[in-house]
Amino acid sequence: MAESLFTPEEQKKFDTEIAEILSHYPADRKSAAMLPALRLMQDIKGWLPPEGLKLVAQVLGVTPERAYEVASFYVMYHLKKPGKYVIDVCTNLPCALRGAEKMLAHLENKLGLKAGEANERFTLRETECLASCGTAPCLQINEDHHESLSRAKLDELIDKLS
Amino acid sequence: MATTAFEPVISTAWGTPQSWTMDAYKKRGGYQGLAKALELTPAQIIDEVKKSNLRGRGGAGFPTGLKWSFVPKDNPKPKYLAVNGDESEPGTFKDRNILTHDPHMLLEGIAIASYALNVHTCYVYLRGEFKFPAERLNQAIKEAYAAGIFGKSLMGKDYALDCYLVRGAGAYICGEETALLESLEGKKGWPRLKPPFPAVVGLFGSPTVVNNVETLSSVPHVFTRGAAWYAGLGTDKSGGTRVMCLSGSVNRPGVYEVPLETTFNQLIFDDKYGQGLPAGRKVKAVVPGGSSAPILSPDELDTAMEFEALKVKQSMAGSGGVIVMDDTTCMVRSLWRIARFYAEESCGQCTPCREGTPWQARILRKIEEGRGEPGDVEQLSNVASSIAPYPPIGLGNTICALGDAAALPTHSFLMRFRDEFEAHIREHRCPFGDKPWGAFGDWS
Repeated sequence: MAESLFTPEEQKKFDTEIAEILSHYPADRKSAAMLPALRLMQDIKGWLPPEGLKLVAQVLGVTPERAYEVASFYVMYHLKKPGKYVIDVCTNLPCALRGAEKMLAHLENKLGLKAGEANERFTLRETECLASCGTAPCLQINEDHHESLSRAKLDELIDKLS
Repeated sequence: MATTAFEPVISTAWGTPQSWTMDAYKKRGGYQGLAKALELTPAQIIDEVKKSNLRGRGGAGFPTGLKWSFVPKDNPKPKYLAVNGDESEPGTFKDRNILTHDPHMLLEGIAIASYALNVHTCYVYLRGEFKFPAERLNQAIKEAYAAGIFGKSLMGKDYALDCYLVRGAGAYICGEETALLESLEGKKGWPRLKPPFPAVVGLFGSPTVVNNVETLSSVPHVFTRGAAWYAGLGTDKSGGTRVMCLSGSVNRPGVYEVPLETTFNQLIFDDKYGQGLPAGRKVKAVVPGGSSAPILSPDELDTAMEFEALKVKQSMAGSGGVIVMDDTTCMVRSLWRIARFYAEESCGQCTPCREGTPWQARILRKIEEGRGEPGDVEQLSNVASSIAPYPPIGLGNTICALGDAAALPTHSFLMRFRDEFEAHIREHRCPFGDKPWGAFGDWS
């Protein structure tokens, strides 16, 4: 199973880092490493393919259903392959008061996607608070944070993405 | 009231060169509080924290020393410290600054607390989206291991202490302390029934203290400068300062460390802080402590931003997130945004919250879009009451306080701005048209 999931380099990264992660927990509590293990899998594969969930479950000594239950609860895990760039736009109250709704509408037009939609290049999502209320409006591209976004700054940011 | 001249405690180093490094931290006196604490017994450390009047900065404001004293001494199981860095309440963004600019202050607090509580393993739980703060904190943890703070010997003492960073994966509920523990155990973040409280049965069934990032970052100062000094900075019932987050319709949003007796009017209008609203705009309402805190009217803004004063106003100081709405902001749309958040973030464990939060959001959207009907406001009020009646605060129908948090804004918006909701229904449209967001809503 693992052979087809990972390249040799990916396998090495997974083996090294999962051992480090597991060392942070009591020996009889391996399943506690679920969140970091899923994050590691997603870092390597870009999302959580079913085989990846099964492997994480196997390493942690739990059922694949348990891994799926956790992965599906948290919004940062991708159970479907996302676009190359996942854009999360905060539209909660503090950001909305600084123009986030109009920023999202601009982005929807620019990308030709509605919030919640994806293509190969972009996944566009409306998100709930990125803890940048004082530097709103803000968004995240993959895991990188961008704040105090004017229209010009946002356009420049998006146009630079390959 | 304060007996000592005000000086910032938490934010002193923000913006100074390399403030996040061990070298810079030590140069400004870092880790001296730990050295002083290690000369005391664990019981004496807890007593000092009690004397400092430090109260939890995560939202509930519970006295920190008292919380530490609840950990049973005779329980043979390992004890744990869990740091709550799952900052996700709309309007709140202070912990992010602490982690980015001064992570060693938190680590020093962790070391003192761990020693006092006989903890040998600490987990710092950060919200998953905090990539950059996590990198800074990880670097600081490595430095602390290299410097002999963490590892086999705590500053030369025969005391092992490990500290690990765990990143969440995008779930607001994991900021609730028992949901955080479930998440740390590798599960979905479903809050646990209390009692038992985490201090008795927490992580892996062991006694566990859960403290917020800002709370633990305050601890070193209690020992560097003394408990009396720290207590003297605050009010009779609450020591230290407050780190307030200001956002919304103000000229200079940001994070400001202020004396506890500072009023909302000062935070919003003072030149040192928010610098007021744009010309011609007035305050319509203020969220005083994160999106769940009941709103205040303009005539209530001479209230101090501290725990007791806000309780009198039937609101709460919460996590220190102050959101200002000006007189051209649509309150229906504002509440809809808040309601969407709670609907999205409800974990689904308790029926009133799972069913009630999206129901609130649906009714609000309908009213905002001009599709409201007579009876909708009453139904909205009923739905909110089914999740958590108002008043009192804190006695909702759900396992955790997310239910209260979802219902309180609805109750308070309806109490103060019912006419706006009714106008939407009567006119079959939003009276604010496509400009519902006040002074800064027209993004360009």
